[in-house]
Amino acid sequence: MEYDKVVTTTAWSPGPGCHGGCGVKLYIKDGKVVKAEGDETHPFNQGRACPRLLALTQYMYHPDRITYPLKRVGKRGEGKFERISWEEALDTIEAKLGKIKEESGPESVLFCQGTGRDIGGPISFLAYSYGSPNWIQLGLAGHSCYTPRLGAMMATYGDYSVLDAAQFSEKRYDDPDYKVPQIIMVWAQNPMPGCPDGFFGHWIVDCMKRGSKLIVIDPRWTWFASRAEKFLQIRPGTDGALAMAMINVIISEELYDKDFVEQWTEGFEELKHRAAEYTPQKVAEITWIPEEDIIESARMYALAKPAAIQWGVPIDKCPEGSTVAQAITHLWCLTGNLDVPGGNVIARPAYGVTTYPFSTQEMHELYGEEFVKNLNEKRIGANEFPMVRNFRGWAQPDLAVKQMFTGDPYPIKACWIQTSNILGGQAADTRLHYEALKRMDFVVVADLFHNPTTMAVADIILPVASTAEKESFRSWWVPLQVIVPAVEVGECRSDWEINLELAKRFNPELRKRYDTVKQLIDDRLKPAGITYDQLKEQGGWVMPPENSASRPYRRYEKGLLRPDGKPGFRTTSGKVEFASKSYQDWGLDPLPYYSEPPESEVRTPELFKKYPLVMVTGRRSSVFFHSEHRMIPWLRECDPYPIVEINPSVAGKMGIEDGEWIVIENDRGSIKRKAQVTPIVHPKVISVPHGWWLPEEDGREPNLYGIWDINCNNLVHIGPGAKSGYGGGAYKTALVRIRKANEAVE
Amino acid sequence: MGRKGLFIDYEYCTGCHTCEVACKQENNYPAGRWGIKVNEIILESFNKVEINYLPFPTELCNLCAARIKGGELPACVKHCQASCMKYGDLTDLVQAMEHKAKTVLFAPK
Ligand code: SF4
Ligand code: SF4
Repeated sequence: MEYDKVVTTTAWSPGPGCHGGCGVKLYIKDGKVVKAEGDETHPFNQGRACPRLLALTQYMYHPDRITYPLKRVGKRGEGKFERISWEEALDTIEAKLGKIKEESGPESVLFCQGTGRDIGGPISFLAYSYGSPNWIQLGLAGHSCYTPRLGAMMATYGDYSVLDAAQFSEKRYDDPDYKVPQIIMVWAQNPMPGCPDGFFGHWIVDCMKRGSKLIVIDPRWTWFASRAEKFLQIRPGTDGALAMAMINVIISEELYDKDFVEQWTEGFEELKHRAAEYTPQKVAEITWIPEEDIIESARMYALAKPAAIQWGVPIDKCPEGSTVAQAITHLWCLTGNLDVPGGNVIARPAYGVTTYPFSTQEMHELYGEEFVKNLNEKRIGANEFPMVRNFRGWAQPDLAVKQMFTGDPYPIKACWIQTSNILGGQAADTRLHYEALKRMDFVVVADLFHNPTTMAVADIILPVASTAEKESFRSWWVPLQVIVPAVEVGECRSDWEINLELAKRFNPELRKRYDTVKQLIDDRLKPAGITYDQLKEQGGWVMPPENSASRPYRRYEKGLLRPDGKPGFRTTSGKVEFASKSYQDWGLDPLPYYSEPPESEVRTPELFKKYPLVMVTGRRSSVFFHSEHRMIPWLRECDPYPIVEINPSVAGKMGIEDGEWIVIENDRGSIKRKAQVTPIVHPKVISVPHGWWLPEEDGREPNLYGIWDINCNNLVHIGPGAKSGYGGGAYKTALVRIRKANEAVE
Repeated sequence: MGRKGLFIDYEYCTGCHTCEVACKQENNYPAGRWGIKVNEIILESFNKVEINYLPFPTELCNLCAARIKGGELPACVKHCQASCMKYGDLTDLVQAMEHKAKTVLFAPK
């Protein structure tokens, strides 16, 4: 293939559409990207690439891509848009949002994002500069995505952890300090399709080749399950009970790490007492997992040194997700696998560089003391939920959507939606969110393609740059790396560029500080003592320095974790807290416990008679990122249909044949899916992939690319399901029934 | 020069579709044309479900002649997320099979 030059960069967000981190080589010819390849010198992916990156050219140059700003000219839903200039778009937005601020207060605008993107920085700068505390993942019931897990780890030992696949070392698996986990417990995740939570899924395969054995916990047989020593086919939503039983076995059989527990933890007796309630026998009944499998898996995990847990988002979606995450966190603390080679290592962003400011001082300088002080007064959910108030800056999505109707305690007037296709993607109860968004006086959507959300509600659409077109950086754990613009496409601009420009219009302080995005990035990079250009020149990435707070191992022994420099953890007690003081302060049970799903054979037996199947949504596809990529030919043909996985025993009984379209329904509605009859799914469960809309269909109302017919979230209710405000979105536990498409039910 | 081949360790092939799309990009094949196609084999065994994937190089596989000439690996081999593919002389790849079970060797040309 002919090319003029190769640009080395990092992949993150539009294009591969992911949590990023891969080193990429972009081949450029005549100002166009003609090929995307993995960078073999990059430690993250070591030359490898996912199908979505390899299809980047089809994504960037897709005929349907939005490449200039649009304004709506017909009624909402008519699909009539007209090209406008950036000046007109930004002026209109400034004027409309300015007026709303004057009339209703800045808190009446929601700044909505989707998941895992290069977006936290740009959107928080904009929301806070405008003056709204409501930075939110609108639609994500219970905010059930990583935040419950992050909160649990933070509440337990003041830091976050990830499975150690040697990703903190440039030498990777060859680092002499590294050990491969003897056992990896893959809990509620199929790591194959992507980079969940910034973790390259195939690192698990790397570890398997180097000797790791697996325990897999999932309602579905995954490829990993088929290669596991133990596969625990769990009832959806009952992971908390399983974790408690494992704790019980590990403590009662004295398999825990006594030295670690003695020296570095507190609350052990309370945990022991609590866990004793969860006998393997009782938990076997709750989880559908045979008692001996629970016991043997707990032993296997506890006896392996080191052992590590790789966990997924279904944990957040369990009822009381933050307490389920807490119980699983306790497993790696009890067994002394915290921050040791091949365990669950503490993860901090390299050099402590953060994408957006966290410290009060920095926030004060940027946005003013008054605003920061008031952030929590108006932030939706902060008054109802102490955890929402005290842990991270998110507004609570379920309360927000209700407030869009009630206007209580204050009206919501507008939405800024960026990197989120709310109606085709994450929103539970699609219809409710549709109606809520329709009530808004003004909606801006920044995106790359039309989708059900742009069609239904956008008043202004801003065209966003793909990963290949933007200047940005990534500081999600490791490495610290830059994203280098290689080409331009139409008039597309990066999220950073769009948001900095608008933020400056609302915040004179930003105007003083940053002329360009690069200046802002350089400011963020300061803790690393490097500039964007320097980092780019030296290859684009850097690992954290040895013996620093952002590099493993055993930092609690070295005094690298606490601000006072003493050994121990960043908690008030300095210890790992099995009974969490933070949880207690937030009005929550300091100890983990199990809570039954809102709808289930146990909690709602009557409903279960009518709807005898558990619908798990959200199984990942390696060729899609959530609701993206359905229009990319090379990708769509690998996973062409909105399917439903049904066990052969169920399909057989109902006369459903493989490939036939069937109806899935409950009291909230009904959708159609193409049956995939397969033994990988449990007979009491059906698996319904999420994020489906059909770009090949009519996007105008009422069809909206088919979402009312196929989007599984029509059948899922909103939360909040959890006492903490975090977790419990019922995306994995809604009860449903199925029938042949041409058959009526009584 | 002896014949070249593609070696696949299907113990580790996860069915991720990378090889398929890498090949389409490299050869500029439109949707609907495959230089390599991943087959899924899901079977119930006595007490488990066996899940295996096996990529099959089609008639459109040219063993990435242009890339090889330029000193690069075939697009599929380079990008394979499980690093479970090798390219090389058949004789060497047969040697590799001696050391590793659950492997297949294709000599597409
Ligand atoms: S060797 Fe090249 S042509 Fe053959 S399947 Fe792999 S990528 Fe396609
Ligand atoms: S890229 Fe590798 S792991 Fe993925 S499907 Fe192809 S051979 Fe299998």
